[in-house]
Amino acid sequence: MMQALHDPQLLWVFGSVLFLLIILGFVGDIQKERHRNDANRSTFDNLIARISAWWKMCAIFVLTLLVGRVGVMVVFAVLSFVAMREYMTLVPTRRGDHRALFWSFFVIMPLQYYLVGIQWYGFFAIMIPVLAFIFVPTLIAINGDTEHFLERSAKIQFGLMVCVYCFSHAPALLLLDIPGFQGHNPRLLLYLGIVVEVSDVMQFLWSRLIGGHKIAWRVSPSKTWEGFLGGVISATSLGALLWWITPFTPLQSAGMSFMICILGFAGGLVMNAIKRDIGIKDFGMVIEGHGGILDRIDSLCFAAPIFFHLVRYYFVP
Amino acid sequence: MNKGIHPIASLLAAVARGVSGVQVQWAGCEPSERQRIYFANHTSHLDFVVLWSALPADIRARTRPIAAKDYWEETWLRRYIAENVFKAVLVERGLVSKANFTDEARFVSRSLIEDMVLALGENHSLILFPEGTRGSGEKVGEFRSGLYHLALRRPDVELVPAYLENMNRILPKGEFLPVPMLSLLTFGKPIQLEPGEEKNEFLERAHEAVGSLRRIGPS
Repeated sequence: MMQALHDPQLLWVFGSVLFLLIILGFVGDIQKERHRNDANRSTFDNLIARISAWWKMCAIFVLTLLVGRVGVMVVFAVLSFVAMREYMTLVPTRRGDHRALFWSFFVIMPLQYYLVGIQWYGFFAIMIPVLAFIFVPTLIAINGDTEHFLERSAKIQFGLMVCVYCFSHAPALLLLDIPGFQGHNPRLLLYLGIVVEVSDVMQFLWSRLIGGHKIAWRVSPSKTWEGFLGGVISATSLGALLWWITPFTPLQSAGMSFMICILGFAGGLVMNAIKRDIGIKDFGMVIEGHGGILDRIDSLCFAAPIFFHLVRYYFVP
Repeated sequence: MNKGIHPIASLLAAVARGVSGVQVQWAGCEPSERQRIYFANHTSHLDFVVLWSALPADIRARTRPIAAKDYWEETWLRRYIAENVFKAVLVERGLVSKANFTDEARFVSRSLIEDMVLALGENHSLILFPEGTRGSGEKVGEFRSGLYHLALRRPDVELVPAYLENMNRILPKGEFLPVPMLSLLTFGKPIQLEPGEEKNEFLERAHEAVGSLRRIGPS
């Protein structure tokens, strides 16, 4: 991945992101003081939390540029591990799930990243949806505890799908062989990250500004139709403007960004529904200091696999 | 007794902290040089190591676990870990709480309390799991009376309740391999034996002090 450091277009976009983050940091500090006691305070707290998460994402992105293929897989495997740890801690499991959980953390998860790393597409695409799907409930059944059997199997499988399978498609982008685009794959990851995050934050901001009609008020009271449309339009336009760092034409880029926005929205909504089901507000809430990676990557988890498949289907011969 | 910390003990503590991702909260008191008896719920082999590793290093060196002799002397490895690595105070369990004391049991249980009092000495602290065995984690089991007798003998020692959450899901009884979920450790407000307080009354109160520190709720 090292040659990405000599990719001027990538550096331009990434440099702009960093520049924006610095500006936002200053503005955020000033505005936070000004709005310390008024109704907008929670909005600013939310934005400041996002900015600090973005810095961390940038750091991870730089790391992936520096460490090479094995390193990238390790970095993303660690993120998967942390996310799944959060998920499994808060999702009720029983004593009889112990072995299945052990396999999930220490065999299935590393194997998925190994398969992604060696580019064995045919295997990594079915490993969790097919093999783990059969293996995990079998292990639980062998253990013999049938109480809530179906729920427990489903919960573990869902955790593996979201935290490992879906998420692993983000680093898989780095290994796609696109004619005429060799060596530029980190741009795809940056593109995906920018569109997902901009869509997320713009939906939030538009909702706060002009929102009124709630989409699924029971699940996410803060998601409104106005915010959704505003966010999707803003992020799709930005994605279209970034066509020159991708293998897409401007129109294709708009289409890709549109898909990413919709899927990011779906990811946030689904993970919110799960949090409601468990009875918490944030995955990071209960266990401070460890919290929140799942809250940050929910949109990415849904967008990454579809983006990967769209690119693979249309641009990899 | 050797005052330093065995290197394997430090290693195991680091591993246990990593595996359990434990978040420590001193809710009812601060870490202190004072002599203390930490008493907590017990669901996993990780309990002691995690609790011990949550203490500041200088206090750790002076804090010993109380462990069941029958279990920890069973194999060579267990005995080595208990005696050499963690310098555990190995005691006979099950005798103290028996309703009808035989003379022999009374004698042994008295010597058990003596052993623990002796281990406290001038400047040591103890870690005690008053349930006497590892439970399933659903609720805190009944306390045995050792804690009461210690409180009676050493009223100057602070009794600090602690609650370990999720350890049973990380390394439950009967499993050898851990699942790296996150866990919580909460230290509560020290309790004391009130003048004239009955044994059962006190044990009930101690039990309540531990149970009330639970933060997530039954899984």
